[in-house]
Amino acid sequence: MSSPSDLRYTEDHEWARLEADGTITVGITHHAQDALGDVVFVDLPKVGRALAPKGTFGVVESVKTVSDLYAPCGGEVVAVNDALAQTPELVNQDCYGQGWIVRIRPSGADALAELLDAAAYDAHVGGQSH
Amino acid sequence: MSTLLRTPLFENVKAAGARFVPFGGWEMPVQFQGIQAEHDHVRTAAGLFDVSHMGEIEIKGPGALEAVNRLITNDLAAIVDGQALYTCLCRPDGGIVDDLVVYRFAEDHIFICCNASNRAKDFAWIQENLRGVTARDRSDEFAQLALQGPMAVEVVQRFASIDLSPIKRYHFAVGQVCGASVIFSRTGYTGEDGFELYLSPVDAPRVFDALIGEPEVKPIGLGARDTLRLEMKYALYGNDIDDTTTPLEAGLGWVVKLDKADFIGRDALVAQKAAGLTRRLVGFEMVGRAPARHDYPVVDAAGATIGRVTSGSFSPTLKKNIGLAYVPVGQDKLGSTLNVQIRDRAEPAVVVKTPFVVR
Repeated sequence: MSSPSDLRYTEDHEWARLEADGTITVGITHHAQDALGDVVFVDLPKVGRALAPKGTFGVVESVKTVSDLYAPCGGEVVAVNDALAQTPELVNQDCYGQGWIVRIRPSGADALAELLDAAAYDAHVGGQSH
Repeated sequence: MSTLLRTPLFENVKAAGARFVPFGGWEMPVQFQGIQAEHDHVRTAAGLFDVSHMGEIEIKGPGALEAVNRLITNDLAAIVDGQALYTCLCRPDGGIVDDLVVYRFAEDHIFICCNASNRAKDFAWIQENLRGVTARDRSDEFAQLALQGPMAVEVVQRFASIDLSPIKRYHFAVGQVCGASVIFSRTGYTGEDGFELYLSPVDAPRVFDALIGEPEVKPIGLGARDTLRLEMKYALYGNDIDDTTTPLEAGLGWVVKLDKADFIGRDALVAQKAAGLTRRLVGFEMVGRAPARHDYPVVDAAGATIGRVTSGSFSPTLKKNIGLAYVPVGQDKLGSTLNVQIRDRAEPAVVVKTPFVVR
């Protein structure tokens, strides 16, 4: 299945969306949640935490797997999806919507410039499955 | 990937939608529809597992029973022909070489099922220590299917040449399934009723396809196999038990028969029992939502490591995070609070009764 064309992607399977207020919403891709299986826990960072580009900012755990989350850009965590504390399965059910994970205020301009577009990400995922 | 072994059922489980992972040198199905759904299916209906990676070792000849009994902690003399037992195979220091299911066909015919990852080690150990009889590694001559769940027995019966109802738990019988020769073993690693079927790699694919075609049956991967066994506190070799842990520490004292004839490891286990244990494998439940995982430290109030998590997972049945850990005696009592180091913080856990799930 094709990834949404309005998002940017990391090679580590996070998606990033530039919001109207300049913040960036981050989650994991359909491919990532499918590979993980039933998500049972999301370890969220604290609001206000400074993130380095490509630094780990949290963990997504399925029944059997522990997977680090990587920041798509440097910046500060301005919001986390508190709903995931009680309903981590939102990551499976609606990974690009209600299953979002954090919102970052990027420290630099054009923070998403180096990320993959949907076509490049889909090619990356397609290449990985062989 | 090319070095991974594949079972005779690889194409069948692939066609059934398996996602594969390396396990013990084998390319094995980890999941099909998802661990939670597969787990629930085994607890409520019937799940089919390809466990052909398991090893099979046969010992035949006069004195076979006594010779094997000298290697294992449980007592083959205490069961009858047609019965099986769970046991540890111990080193002289009491450490566990492997955990096994041993089948007593006759006093001169013993059949062993061992862990896939330990097959070569076990066979070498058995050959080196067996007296008066010879062992044969027959692993390549057997595929193994497990059908487990409350509906498993009735499903196997549809294809069986013999009446399965007289075969009680931990007993077995030889017959035919779908016309193929098979050992029907009423055993398993899930806590559910069911059978493990030992059969020829040539016959196994069509038996798999026959069973999977039944409406009650779904294919189950190693992921759910692990959560099912953990809910029962069944030990996983390499995680909960290994060469450095003894059966007494692991809570497997019930398969150690110190009053039978001498066996390898007996002196060490007698001494350990007399001296008193210093650590024990306990079951725990996490208080919070973060799962404990294999190898996470158990820490004291000052942050010092006092134990180690050996298995940890979300329990699909209980919807809680459960696990097993070695902890110092004194902190192994039901209701004791433990602290598990999860990344940068210590998370509370409570020692609970096992099995976690009562079947």
